[in-house]
Amino acid sequence: MTESNYNEITSLLCDRLSTLTNSNIEITPDTNLISQLSIDSIKLLNLIMEIEDTFDVSIPINALADVQTVRELADLVYKIKFAS
Amino acid sequence: MNLLEKLDAAAAARKALLPDGVGAFGIPIEEVYSATEARIGDRRVLLLGTNNYLGLTFAPECIRAAHEAIDNEGTGTTGSRMANGSYSGHRALEREFADFYQCNSSIVFTTGYQANLGTITGLVGPGDTVLIDGDSHASIYDGCILSGADIIRFKHNDMIDMEKRLHRLGSRVETTLIIAEGIYSMLGDQAPLAEIVKLKNTYGGTLLLDEAHSLGVLGETGQGLVEKTGLLKDVDFITGTFSKSLCSIGGFCVSNHPQLNQLRYVSHPYIFTASPSPATIASTRAALELLRKGNHLRTQLWHNCIQLYTRLKDAGYVLGPDPGPVIAAIVDTPQQALLLWQKLLENNIYVNLILPPAAPEGKSLVRCSVNAAHTYEQIQYVGDVFSRLRSLT
Repeated sequence: MTESNYNEITSLLCDRLSTLTNSNIEITPDTNLISQLSIDSIKLLNLIMEIEDTFDVSIPINALADVQTVRELADLVYKIKFAS
Repeated sequence: MNLLEKLDAAAAARKALLPDGVGAFGIPIEEVYSATEARIGDRRVLLLGTNNYLGLTFAPECIRAAHEAIDNEGTGTTGSRMANGSYSGHRALEREFADFYQCNSSIVFTTGYQANLGTITGLVGPGDTVLIDGDSHASIYDGCILSGADIIRFKHNDMIDMEKRLHRLGSRVETTLIIAEGIYSMLGDQAPLAEIVKLKNTYGGTLLLDEAHSLGVLGETGQGLVEKTGLLKDVDFITGTFSKSLCSIGGFCVSNHPQLNQLRYVSHPYIFTASPSPATIASTRAALELLRKGNHLRTQLWHNCIQLYTRLKDAGYVLGPDPGPVIAAIVDTPQQALLLWQKLLENNIYVNLILPPAAPEGKSLVRCSVNAAHTYEQIQYVGDVFSRLRSLT
């Protein structure tokens, strides 16, 4: 587990979310996916598939129930990728 | 925002799309005249948005069987299959489904939705995995969520994507349930079953195929995609519904795995609900018999499907990839789809309107469902009206 891995995940998420939502809001780790970015469930699920492929991990979509912010999503990806 | 305010917000979002007076969802059907015609408001409309694929809703054999069942057994069972709700008809229908699919075991559920919920939650639980097509029906998603298993999606009908995800699962594939559908309800396309079976045989896993829309439609005797592809023995579990080609309500699961019967003791959607009414079971049994010997109905259905698919394609509509009983015109915006839907109704044609997020990839759908009872003239009329309205989209 390294800080650079975590930062890489966060940075990639911010970039992808920015493109996906076409939003003027500056996306930070504290940005709320639903209330601030209004990302719908289908877009989020498709983003998860992209992240799976980028980091070569399996991310169960039911794990997203606890995810509200970019940071929480990054934590989830990091945990799955580096926990074992 | 409290609970009721959340519903208000959802209602406001719906109203923004569908102004007052536009009842695209849950439209009241005042009278039903036949398998192809009904009255909506003061209009006699052509029904092109039902799942009545073989056109059997008024089959005399089914109506007679339902009447007799009501006379002999009453209107309802008033109990669960687990308690007092397993009549001889329920058990006979299970034997008939097992015979139809040449399988050892069969279970009848109260709805098609519950057939998927009950089968999935009976087979997988926390710590297991389900690998599902991204365009799966809500009953599959809900069953997976209720099961507590890890849910992994692959891109719709994309076998490279599916293989990537199967490979990633590694040893977890042993406790993985792969789920696909014979015909997908949104675009009417079929699963690439041969490739799915090949991947399953290479990597492992257990395969469930939902034949809800393909039962009665595909294969010589109407078993569905398993029959069309000759892969019946390669699919572990088959689910389906009575509410499409069989023209009633209910669902089933068949399998050669003897463990299927254990679902009767662990599957809440099977246990904690009343069993189908005697009339439902009786008409379904009669319809299943008609379906099995209904090759002439399937021939007529496919003739109608190709006629309409060709007309819409020639008119310039963007359609799903395969001709079939579900023919969806893919439209860019909800507003365009709504306008087309309204104009079709003004021309006395009822179809289904499907808006995001229910429609794939943010598009909207104006979905037609063709059946064997539609006449050549009816399909021609629908094709003519769609052609005239092409400029709306």
